[in-house]
Amino acid sequence: MTEGKTKLQRQAMCDRLAMEFQDDWIVNLGVGMPTLCSNYVDPSKDLIFHSENGVIGYGPLAPAGEEDKHLVNAGGQNVVALPGMAIVHHADSFALIRGGMVDVTVMGAYEVAENGDFANWRIPNRKGGGIGGAMDLAACAKQVFIAMEHTTRDGKPRMLKRCALPITAPGVVTLVATDLGLFKVIPGGFELREHAPGWTPEEIQEQTEAELIIPADLKEFRFRD
Amino acid sequence: MKNKIYQNFDEAVADIADGSVFMSPGFSGVGVPRNLLAAMHRQGAKDLTGISNNCGTLDEKVDVGTLIEAGQVKKMDAAFTSPTHPSQISPFVRMYNEGTIDAETVPQGTLAERIRAAASGIGAFYTPASVGTELAEGKEHREIDGRTYVLEFPLHADYALIRAFRADTFGNLQFRLTQRNFNPIMAMAARVTIVEVEDDIVPVGELDPDKVHVPGVYVNRLVKIPPDGIFD
Repeated sequence: MTEGKTKLQRQAMCDRLAMEFQDDWIVNLGVGMPTLCSNYVDPSKDLIFHSENGVIGYGPLAPAGEEDKHLVNAGGQNVVALPGMAIVHHADSFALIRGGMVDVTVMGAYEVAENGDFANWRIPNRKGGGIGGAMDLAACAKQVFIAMEHTTRDGKPRMLKRCALPITAPGVVTLVATDLGLFKVIPGGFELREHAPGWTPEEIQEQTEAELIIPADLKEFRFRD
Repeated sequence: MKNKIYQNFDEAVADIADGSVFMSPGFSGVGVPRNLLAAMHRQGAKDLTGISNNCGTLDEKVDVGTLIEAGQVKKMDAAFTSPTHPSQISPFVRMYNEGTIDAETVPQGTLAERIRAAASGIGAFYTPASVGTELAEGKEHREIDGRTYVLEFPLHADYALIRAFRADTFGNLQFRLTQRNFNPIMAMAARVTIVEVEDDIVPVGELDPDKVHVPGVYVNRLVKIPPDGIFD
């Protein structure tokens, strides 16, 4: 039934989340897919990118040959220093996070639940986990956006009634972009705001464990202009 | 003025005893005290407890994973007790799952604040990070002004291995850009702080006091990285 339908590319998913960033926001992008959010540039908005290692106001990836070995983002990528950039040590960097200065953090996830819980640090049958700064960010950023594939590689839903994996923080996710659409977390559950082109709400529901709320003003997914 | 300058890394780590607790800074490969870690590997101290953001990476560079792989470490306190991608199997991950090394997973901000608390004479602190997750299980919770927090305790260490950009002979330190990361708070938290210096050790008085990131009173030993040392 869903054979041959196009799913959204990762860049399109991250573009869509980045469109929600507001002027003057302090933005923290998780390692991996979320860093693609920085490729969407809206000249009408000034964004301040923060990274856990204490850099506030860094710029785009450094061009080859112009890397400064002492300046990296959270993913270890060499970035460019922007005018006005500031450096603090790790404890002050997380003071900034816990103090509520970060307007949005964008992260990847294994699972998101309709109550706003999400899981992104630990997988079953493996000791330990890669929590990094995710728990501090998730508990303390003003908003948590998630970018992830709608289902696992073997087709199991990731948008759940309740998370099965150990969670990163309870009740914090506000917006999710998957390869099937854009979902807002509202008190009743996941509201399907925008659907991938060609996909009906019923077809997206089939890929989702949680029951989707379908609003009257459902729109097609918005791509960058 | 007491001489803090050591001629080589082996001399600077010679007295680190079996069972010591050490701190190793660095984030995404920047600000890692690789020369001191290599010397600790040669020195061979065992049953160590390590405090670090991660438990070693998969690249060939010397890091805390070098000591782990050599069996010198019995326990790690870290924000990453698994790699960022589950397909990556580091020596630590293999040993942790086999049960030959112990570890505590600590949220990164909590890790930094526990180190800062140890440096600052703070007995414990409440943080909102990890509330509602399995990492908060068994810990004291407290509601303050309508928000729930979890109690966390300081992380003390015997030794901090530090990578600085520049120092003076008294041990005042400067870092460059994101090299700073955990370095200042670890330098302040440990009983003995040993520093490898990338650029230069200048005569006392040459650093602008307003541009000192760690005051020299925290620093015990300094080694200038020689031309054939590790600079990345």
